[in-house]
Order: sequence, then C-alpha cells, then structure tokens
Amino acid sequence: MFDDRSPIYHQIAEAIKNDILSGALGADEQVMSTNQYAAYYRINPATAAKGFQQLVDEGVLYKRRGIGMFVSPDARDMLLSQRRERFFADVVEPMIAEARVIGIPLDDVVARIQTLKGRESA
Amino acid sequence: MTLGIEIENLTVRYPGVTAIDDLTLKLEGGKIYGLLGRNGSGKTTLLSLIAAFRRVTEGAILVDGEAPFENERLTQQICLVRESGDIVVDGDSVKGILRRSRRFRPHWDDEFAHRLLDLFQLPLNRGVAKLSRGQKSALGITVGLASRAPLTMLDEAYLGMDAPSRYAFYDVLLEDYIENPRTIILSTHLIEEVARLFEEVVIIDRGRLVAHDDTESLRMRGAAVVGPAAAVDDFTTGMTVLGEQRLGGTKSVTVYGEIDPDARAVAADWGLELSPVALQDLFVHLTKGDRA
Repeated sequence: MFDDRSPIYHQIAEAIKNDILSGALGADEQVMSTNQYAAYYRINPATAAKGFQQLVDEGVLYKRRGIGMFVSPDARDMLLSQRRERFFADVVEPMIAEARVIGIPLDDVVARIQTLKGRESA
Repeated sequence: MTLGIEIENLTVRYPGVTAIDDLTLKLEGGKIYGLLGRNGSGKTTLLSLIAAFRRVTEGAILVDGEAPFENERLTQQICLVRESGDIVVDGDSVKGILRRSRRFRPHWDDEFAHRLLDLFQLPLNRGVAKLSRGQKSALGITVGLASRAPLTMLDEAYLGMDAPSRYAFYDVLLEDYIENPRTIILSTHLIEEVARLFEEVVIIDRGRLVAHDDTESLRMRGAAVVGPAAAVDDFTTGMTVLGEQRLGGTKSVTVYGEIDPDARAVAADWGLELSPVALQDLFVHLTKGDRA
C-alpha cells in the first residue's frame, strides 16, 4: 500500500483524495477513524492522524466533534479543479519533453490527439 | 496512564568497554518508540537500567520524575521483556507464569493474556522447558502486553518467531496500544518490518545517542535523488552519499543531510526527483563504523 518514496501521511492523504475523486467516498460520507485506518494499514496512529489532519486543513474533510470525520460537500469539485490545474504541468509537459527526447515531432502528437478527439465525438 | 523518561549523562562502564557513553535522552511518553542499534550498541543495557534491573552509577534516569531503582511504586508500572526471555523461567509452566504475572502486575488483563496464548498457539499446561525458542518469545510477548504496564519495553522480543507470528505480534501490539495508550519501547534490528509502527525513533551506537526524532522527520534527513546521470552527479557533488544505483542513463543517488528549499528548487528545475529514504538505509549509514 505505502512505499518509501514520500512521507506516509502524504500517501494516506493522497489515497483518500483518490477515493473521493473516483466516487468511492461520497459527499458527507464518514471516513474511517484514524485508529481504524492505523490498525488496518499497520501504521502508527499518529502518522494516520497527521494524514487526516492535512485533509482537514485543506478542507477536503471536516470534523464532527465526537462522531468522526466526513467528506466535505465540495471536496470532489475542489480536487477536480486542482487536478485539472496540474494536468498540463504533470501530464502534458512531461509528454512533450519525452517526445522531444525520443524525436517524435509535436505535429505527430497533435495529429494523434486530433484522431482520438475525432473518435470520441464520433 | 503513560510514563515519560528522562535520562541525563548516563554512563555505564564494564571492564575494558564503555557500554553507555554520556547518554542524554528525553522521551515524553505515550508513544511507540523504536530503539535501534547494532548488536552491542548498548540497547539492552539501557533498557535494563530503565527497568531498574541494575543500579545507575553515573548520570541519572528518571521515570515519571523518580529514579526507578528499588522503587516499588515504579517497578510495578515498568515491564521489560528481554530477548533472553528471562521473564520466562524454565522450571515453571505457562499457567504458572501467568499466575505470577497476575499477582505482580496491577494492570494485568487475564482475558487478553488468554487471547494472546490462543493467537500464538501456546498450550496453557505445557512446561516452559518444553517450549521452542519462538514459543518462549511468544510467551514473553504475552506477558509483556497483558501486563499493560504504563511503560512497556520489548527488547528484540520476537527472537525465533517466524514471520507470520511476528506480524501477528505487530498487529496485536498496535491494536492494544490504540485501545490502551501507554509508553512502548521496541528494540529491534528488523527495521523494515516495524518502522511504520514507530512514532519516534532513537538510534544509539557504541553507547551514544546518534539520532532521536519522529520517524518521518528522520526519514526526511536523507533523500534519494533520481534523474539523468550527469544532472544527478552535479547536484550531489559535495553531499554525503550513502549509495548509488544506475540504470541506463538514469541514476539514483541516496544522500544524507538537509536539502534546503533553494536546492529543492534547483532539483525541480533540473528535472530531478527527490524522495525520502527508507529508515533502514539511514540506520545503516548512521551506525556504520570500522568494526567487525
């Protein structure tokens, strides 16, 4: 589940964000408690709590005192717009860099995108 | 209830060797601590002193503000299970050991003890002398956890246990810590297996404190730098290199030391990827000396 490439709490936050984006976790749905999460994934509860706190700070989750943590109603929209903003920097620009490195003309890339676009609208 | 520990300028000398060398350490308590050190680094000596198995002669140890040696109030609250399994006496039976623990341990949970015996498949009526090495360890762990001591220390307690039993131990430890928070110190050299259980890590080497930090911060003290070989080489010039790997034109170099935001910006600019390092790698680096 987790690897050593980034802090564990960061990976926990990302995993929950992915669940919200995919729809596995819906708006106002309760998420696992940090303790349940810690026991399930065999990690220290303080580490799990740090990941959840990050999501609360970002407004992705909200707390209800004595009950637990829930998905913010606008979390999915917020995450979608964040991912959309990052899309060009994270996906498109590396693709163009790679195309340059291996000698694929950008016109070929554009042509391929046009083909895929044509198929989609067909 | 949890117990904090304060250690100041602790020194222990054996003939010809300094086992603990001017060690100062403060653990606030209520956490799972990993105590890491190579064989002979002083882990067992340190834990034995905290558990009042031995008298402090130089420096001081305070547990919950008091010296633990010959302090009955404290010793009831402290449980140390050593890998030698000395909590487990050969002339006794499993049942007998539970009975003695129940009498001495004010927070003892008998139901939990029996659940652990089932988990580790330990027969209640068996004599301790007839248990395997792994079963003796499992019995030590059973006593250690069921004591629910506010300060629980497990020193390489898994010796001889196979991987499924060890993972069962980690799971039950975490589950019980969540339900009954207390100060737990685990000494181990199987770092990868348990690194994620630790909130804080203490590394000692040759009796000295080498590092004490929360696990994630410690991991952030090192970084793996990955990218085009030439750029990685340029970037890591002058840094403490722990190791390197090369695959075609891509290189991964593991470095130790803080990488400041400016350097991080440079790395991003050069198309280099920075990521934290496995605790095991840092441990090996911080404790490698020129001894056999």
